[in-house]
Order: sequence, then structure tokens, then C-alpha cells
Amino acid sequence: MKARRLGAVAAAATLALTLAACGSSDSGGNAGSSGGKGLKIGIKFDQPGLGLKKGTEFTGMDVDVAKYVAKSLGTAEGDITWVQAPSAQRETLISTGQVDMVVATYSITDARKEKVSFAGPYFIAGQDLLVRADDSSITGPDTLKGKKLCSVTGSTSAQKVKEKVPDVNLQEFGTYSECVAALASGAIDALTTDDTILAGYAAQDQYKGKLKVVGQPFSTENYGIGIKKGDTAMCQKITDAIKTMISDGSWQKAVDANLGPAGYKPGAGNPPTPASCS
Amino acid sequence: MGDILSKYDIFGAFWVTIQLSVLSAIGALVLGTIVAILRVSPVRILRLLGTSYVNVFRNTPLTLLMVFSILGLSFILGINLSQDLSRNAYLWAVVVLSVYHAAFVCEALRSGVNTVPAGQAEAARAIGLTFGQSLREVLLPQAFRGAVAPLGSVLIALIKNTTVAAVILGTSEAAGLLAKITENEGASLPTFFLFALGFVILTLPFGILFTHLSQRLAVKR
Repeated sequence: MKARRLGAVAAAATLALTLAACGSSDSGGNAGSSGGKGLKIGIKFDQPGLGLKKGTEFTGMDVDVAKYVAKSLGTAEGDITWVQAPSAQRETLISTGQVDMVVATYSITDARKEKVSFAGPYFIAGQDLLVRADDSSITGPDTLKGKKLCSVTGSTSAQKVKEKVPDVNLQEFGTYSECVAALASGAIDALTTDDTILAGYAAQDQYKGKLKVVGQPFSTENYGIGIKKGDTAMCQKITDAIKTMISDGSWQKAVDANLGPAGYKPGAGNPPTPASCS
Repeated sequence: MGDILSKYDIFGAFWVTIQLSVLSAIGALVLGTIVAILRVSPVRILRLLGTSYVNVFRNTPLTLLMVFSILGLSFILGINLSQDLSRNAYLWAVVVLSVYHAAFVCEALRSGVNTVPAGQAEAARAIGLTFGQSLREVLLPQAFRGAVAPLGSVLIALIKNTTVAAVILGTSEAAGLLAKITENEGASLPTFFLFALGFVILTLPFGILFTHLSQRLAVKR
């Protein structure tokens, strides 16, 4: 009986502590964003070559772009708080102010523009296919008949490929990692999503030389930086930062360092010209 | 809200959820009854077999079993239930849901068996019934009636657990379609509530029905 009462007290104390922690982080966050010093940036934590968390280190092209933009906004690298931004949560993270911007393979679309504003594009990707390096039978979406294809449940890529090749034999998984594993083992023939993401996987150590990106993109994805809807001043600053990043060569360096190892070359239209802010 | 209903086949997705639920419920009931019989059988090795089954499947996460069925059994060991990948995933989802929930059905039935006083089993054997006969004529009929309420809980859990199949099944079932809508339209509370409502409509009647049945069918002692 006594033990149980002690347990209840401990639970209550934990709860109170958690609540207190929540409160303090909230107020700290607000002070940070209004002061313009600290920045909370949403990135992917699990996308090799784009946004990847390894221990306490963050690597990838999105991370490099975010660091460059933050620097031009007057925020040092150490003052950036990285926040995980899974695809489905990006709009919510921005609109509720949990992040100041999202740089996470974020395609600019009209549906998303209704909820958030975009600066950019800073990169133009396209949907492509990843196949085994020794497979020459798949050269584009038209050659997918009778092949086994893999993508992520509900993703834009899965929907597009179903539209383009209606009778495609498609396996959908929760994450791309499962698709890549199945592709390397030979159980499926191709994996489809943005070429940047594919190049990131192909450049991973365990798959180096085993997988290749086909290089026939069949869609255009304009990666933008998502910010709070209607924040034109912020958008203008970020757009200027992207422009200088492209003109001073840092952009090319970031692309080569993060996506280059797999032999990937950015498709047509790169480097892009960021759209004007409205 | 209206345009989401007209743009996406939400009823179709819930229809797949219902199919998965019905097929898996039948599979789980049959398999679970067999495992329960193993667990109460007089043969030690069969009891051990039943206990191992329950311990393995009740203690393994369903998501893991789902992914394992496709990545492990289908892709690496080559056990394909269909050449069409989405059909293959659908059939594997039914198998995994059946196998997983059979462990819970077994335990529900065993709790039902425990409601039958030991004297009845002894009396059944004393008048010369074999193990099979006493099981069929005396124990199981009462066990099912005593287990109605826990079986109802298992069925409700099964209906909701069909959403886990989204990790291998794509967008044909409710949770997969929700992922697709969120990808295209962004996350919105009305969409979440719509899907939650769908599941409440599916499960609530079962809750009421099984509570009612458990009172009506209970063996008066």
C-alpha cells in the first residue's frame, strides 16, 4: 500500500516536471524567434544525402542550404535548433510556430501554398527510378511493364507512377529504407521517388556501386523553403540568400558533396532561379 | 471537407478495412480455437507448442510481423501468395492479422475454459467421454459463452489493428488513404475526425452487441 502511494507521488512529480519543461521550452522558443538570433529549422532526419542525423551531427544538402540561409539571416551555426520534420507534419510545424522554416525536400505545390508560404526553389528535382547497377532493362517509366516497383505508402511519387503506368506492379512500404533493402536483395526491380532522394541512397556506403539512378526524370519537383504564410519580409531575405548561395559557388559545392558520390548530376533547370516573393 | 469526400474513395478504403477485418477475424477464431485446444490438452508437448505460439506472437509487435511477412517471407524466402504485389501484400496482411490475433483469441478462450468448474471436466471423463468428446460436448460450448466479452475486445482490437497493414498495403485501406490525403492536402483535423468516426462506426456496434451477448449467453451458476 505504501509502495503504491509512493508510486503515485512519483508519477505526479514526473508529470509536473514534464509540464514545467514544456512551459519553459515554449517561452524560450518565442523569445528566440522574435529576437532573430536563434532559429528553429525543420529538416528530415532520415534522408541520406539531404537531411540525415548521425549522432549529434547533421549532414545533407538541405542541411547545408539551411546553414547558409541561417548565416545570411545572422544566425550562427551553433544557434540553430534542428527539428525533425516528417513529410506529413511540415505544414503543422510551420503554422503552429514550432519551427521558423522547413528545408526538407519540400516541393512547392498549390495545395501547400494555401497553408504556408515558400521561398525558392533552391533545387529542382524530378521523380526518377533507382535500379540495380547491372540492370539495363529499365530505362524509364515506359519500360516498367511486368517489373516490380516499390515506393512509400501514399507518397506523391507512388500516386504519380500509378497515373503514368496504370497496371504497374507496385509494392508500398512505410519507408524508403525498406524499398532500398528489397531492391538490393533483388526482390523488386526498381524504386521510385525524387532523384535527389534516390541519389542519397545510392551514395550510402553499403550500396555504393550496387545501385544506380536511371536519370530520366518524369516530373518536376521544385524544392522550396517553407515559412509562415504571408511572411514576405522573411521570404525576401531567404530568396536573396539562395541567390548568393548559387552565385558564389556554395550551392554547387553542397550538391557535389552530398549527392555527387553516386554519380548524380542535377537535372535540367538547375541551378534554379528563385521565384519572387508575393 | 466535401471535396475530400468526393476526391478520395474513403468508402472504398473502409470497405477494404472491413474485408481485412472479416477475413482475419475468421482466420483468428479458427486458429485461436486450435491453439486454445492445444493449451488445455492432456499431452505435454502439445501444451508446450500452444504456449510457445501464444508467447511468440503475443509478444511481437504487429508492425514488425507485417514488414517481416513481405521483406522476409515473401521477398527473401520467396513465399508469394500472389504474383501481383498488391494482392500478395493484401493476402499476407490477412495471414499476419489472423496469426497475431489468434494468440489473443486463444487466451480469451482459455479464460472461458477456466469459467467451467473443474468438476465438470472430471465428471465428463468419469462417465467415459474421451478428451475430444468432453471438449466438444461439455467444455468448449460453455467456454465460448464465458469468453464472449473478451472475444469482443479482441475483435475490436483487430478492426483497429488493420490500420497497421498500411505499412505493406499501400493506400487501399483506411490508414493508407489517410496518409495519402495528408500528403496531398496537408494535415487537417476534420480529416482525422472523419477517419476516427469511421472506426467508431465500425467498432461501437460490436462493443454494444458483445456486452449484450455476454449477459444473455452467460452460463448461470
